[in-house]
Amino acid sequence: MKYTKPILSLIATIGIFYVFNTKLGALPPLGKFLNPSSGIWQNETDETISGEVSIPGLSEEVIVHYDAQLIPHVFAQNNHDLYKAQGYLTAKHRLWQIEFQTYASAGRLAELFGEAALDYDRTERRRGMGYGADQAMAYMEKYDTETLEYVKDYAAGVNAYINQLNPEDYPVEYKLLDYTPEEWTPKKTALLLMYMTKMLAGGDDDLEYTNTLRMIGKENFDLLFPDFFDQTDPVIPSETDWSFIDVPQTPFPASQVVLDTIKETISKPHPDNGSNNWAVSGARSATGNPILANDPHLGLNLPSIWFVMQLSTPEYNAFGATIPGALGVISGFNQHIAWGETNATRDVIDWYKIEFNEDRSKYRFEGAWKDVRVRVEEIKIKGAESYIDSVLYTHHGPVVYEKNFKSDSEWSGYAMKWVGHEGGNNQKTFLELNKAKNYDEYTSALKYWNAPAQNFVFASTEGDIALWIQGKFPNKWEGQGKFLMDGSKAENDWQSYIPQEYNAHTKNPVRGFVSSANQHPVNEDYPYYVFNDGYETYRNRVINDFFKSKERFSVDDFKALHNNNHNLKAAELVPFMLAQMDTSSLTEEEQAIYNEIKAWEFNNDIEEVGPAIWRQWYGRLYNMLWDEFDSEETAMASPYTYQTIYLLKNHGTHAFMDVIETEDRVETANDLFLMAFKAAAERLLEIKAEKGDYKWANYKGTYAGHLLQGLPAFSRFDIPIGGDRNIVNATSENHGPSWRMIVEMSSPPTALGIYPGGQSGNPGSKYYDDFIDDWAAGEYHSLNFLQSNETTEAIIGTQTLKPSSNE
Amino acid sequence: MNKNIINFIATVVLAAVLGLFLPWWGVMVAAFASSLFIPLKGASVFGTPFAAVFLYWSVYSFVLSSANEFTLAAKISELLKLGGNPYVLVAMAGIIGGFAAGIAAVFGRQIAQLRSVGA
Repeated sequence: MKYTKPILSLIATIGIFYVFNTKLGALPPLGKFLNPSSGIWQNETDETISGEVSIPGLSEEVIVHYDAQLIPHVFAQNNHDLYKAQGYLTAKHRLWQIEFQTYASAGRLAELFGEAALDYDRTERRRGMGYGADQAMAYMEKYDTETLEYVKDYAAGVNAYINQLNPEDYPVEYKLLDYTPEEWTPKKTALLLMYMTKMLAGGDDDLEYTNTLRMIGKENFDLLFPDFFDQTDPVIPSETDWSFIDVPQTPFPASQVVLDTIKETISKPHPDNGSNNWAVSGARSATGNPILANDPHLGLNLPSIWFVMQLSTPEYNAFGATIPGALGVISGFNQHIAWGETNATRDVIDWYKIEFNEDRSKYRFEGAWKDVRVRVEEIKIKGAESYIDSVLYTHHGPVVYEKNFKSDSEWSGYAMKWVGHEGGNNQKTFLELNKAKNYDEYTSALKYWNAPAQNFVFASTEGDIALWIQGKFPNKWEGQGKFLMDGSKAENDWQSYIPQEYNAHTKNPVRGFVSSANQHPVNEDYPYYVFNDGYETYRNRVINDFFKSKERFSVDDFKALHNNNHNLKAAELVPFMLAQMDTSSLTEEEQAIYNEIKAWEFNNDIEEVGPAIWRQWYGRLYNMLWDEFDSEETAMASPYTYQTIYLLKNHGTHAFMDVIETEDRVETANDLFLMAFKAAAERLLEIKAEKGDYKWANYKGTYAGHLLQGLPAFSRFDIPIGGDRNIVNATSENHGPSWRMIVEMSSPPTALGIYPGGQSGNPGSKYYDDFIDDWAAGEYHSLNFLQSNETTEAIIGTQTLKPSSNE
Repeated sequence: MNKNIINFIATVVLAAVLGLFLPWWGVMVAAFASSLFIPLKGASVFGTPFAAVFLYWSVYSFVLSSANEFTLAAKISELLKLGGNPYVLVAMAGIIGGFAAGIAAVFGRQIAQLRSVGA
């Protein structure tokens, strides 16, 4: 057969082509991926920072100076050019990241990862992420076409970059996953802002609280989850006079909680998402200039969530951390003011039980039937047919849980009311802050901000300091939205919003400093309903105590506070446990560990062993204490640390102390201390045997994980840094200070900043993670605040963006 | 000149030229064409284009990567479970390209034979 060999070799050729051209499982298409002309070898380079580039739609030249940290200093002649340039430059350094984050926000990961991501995508669709982005777009189209034009400029800039690319230029992650960048749209900026809203205002425990209330009763619930703890050191100083507020809290309508059993709830943002910020007045500053600091605590990822830029036009000159995908500087300063944010957690998500009619086309409301609206979500899946999820919408919002999703109830469901769906104009706030010159312009910029509510700290060269808690807050009746509510009664709807000017704020307080660390926004004197929804209770006290400790503060003091590793939580419980615990039964090895923690001075420094002992001990103690809450059948709330410690110290014989497993005896807090200590010691000895020691840096093993499921090859591990959650240096395993900034309000301001990452999104660039070591060591980089487009010694390259001539 | 050397040079030159227009599989086309017009015998049918493209891809990759201190190559080598050694990745790239070229060349040789038999 003369054709046999040719046919066999043809099949082999086609086969080899297919295998090397196709992504097989996790393995990239090896021919595409490893060839030198268009594969990963083309990414083995830094981004170009010199020469000229033509960009369609620019009206004039834009000068971009780069300094040694690869920070672009952008000099544009007008706003439109500025935001085009920002879009272009962000894409140039972070294209894969900005696109990936909007895929994640929109619930489109199944397009990249296949069926495995379907449940994630459905959750995001049902959370109304795309719906919220649509509302934000609709708002801008109707009320603020100026901002919309800038968002379009930004999109044009991103697209100008994408259109310049050949396949060999695509960031390495595209090559790894074998897909290509798509067009950037203004809605993607809205989706990115929804992503931030979810991250910072997407958590709530209403359904878990409901289960918990049903199981332990009101008296116990109020003991474990009080609206206020026995001490509050709020964001807005306790002595603030609220008498100017003349709109009362919504009266209580005698509403009843719906005591349903909810087995499973949707994923929540990381509970440690939070931040610190503070500012001292000129009177309390070593130099007489106000000083401001900010450090947002977020997941430690590569590429970093932040990208630092200087953005200027002849009218203003802003510098600081931008969020790739959004316009303007988010946490930074200009020639006149500095600002920064911390999360102002408030309960802005409520849940309503919905009762449907027989074909689920209507739902009951005030004795009548109201129409259900259907939003059809098409979820594309790599390698499979699209999944169609029809999400039912009520006037409250999307019915997240119903028979098609995490519920088996045929005729009812739970609808989500979320301020994130309201269609705000968050982008405008940043654009206005970037050019604000004083306190009044700062406050008018904030008015556009709906969610996620933030503590906006402020300082100016005029000498003012301030802090506004800004967000759109429902004026709730006492207790509203802490638990599941009956969605058929109008009295349970949000009746109105707190007027913006009555949002809690403080300007130039007598104490000479402002600060926030995600703690309770106000004390009980504030005339609107606010309850503890997971507020911080440690960092805030360490910070405020620091500013009460002496008269004047310098930039060095600020650095020291950022890097403060004092573990107040341990300091409030360990001495008590050591004093109460019966140590007679400790073995020699256990006694050695006991002595180690006894000698610990409650600093979570990298060389200490105390922090690891504390983690193990408290972790086990917590689980033993709250064993009643360990349920696979029901989603339960976890009691807060502060209240847990309070109960251990003040209610040591409460029935909760008993360990259910041990039927023949009833434990008290003192028994738990010993049991937990012994269990901790056992584990610590194992760790010592495995790894040699349990010094804090090794035990914790802080890492910055690549956004793609922490891909180890593109991540950084074993970063030597102290701290932990609830510590001012809030660095835990994969979470912590994602941008540390200190600004002194000289004229012009002088600033320091650093973040755990690098400016380039390319794992092949030396700028990918070059800040991490300095960040871990508590060091900062001076931010070169250029006052004109003249080159200085700090500049290592200049690129000119030119208008395309053929337009 | 030895046919092997001619085929080798032709494959490298064609691969480089086609690389300007075609994706990675340009090397398969190059090897196919060289094999069609500069037929070889025995193991050289596969071996010569394999060596040609192995050399082309690995040298080119090495040059690109060494200019950047093998930063990305080391990471990709870890990603592909090659022990984080960039040189192994360079060799791997060469083998992938060479293998694809070799197979395409065998196919080319078969077609060439079919033509000569037909004529």
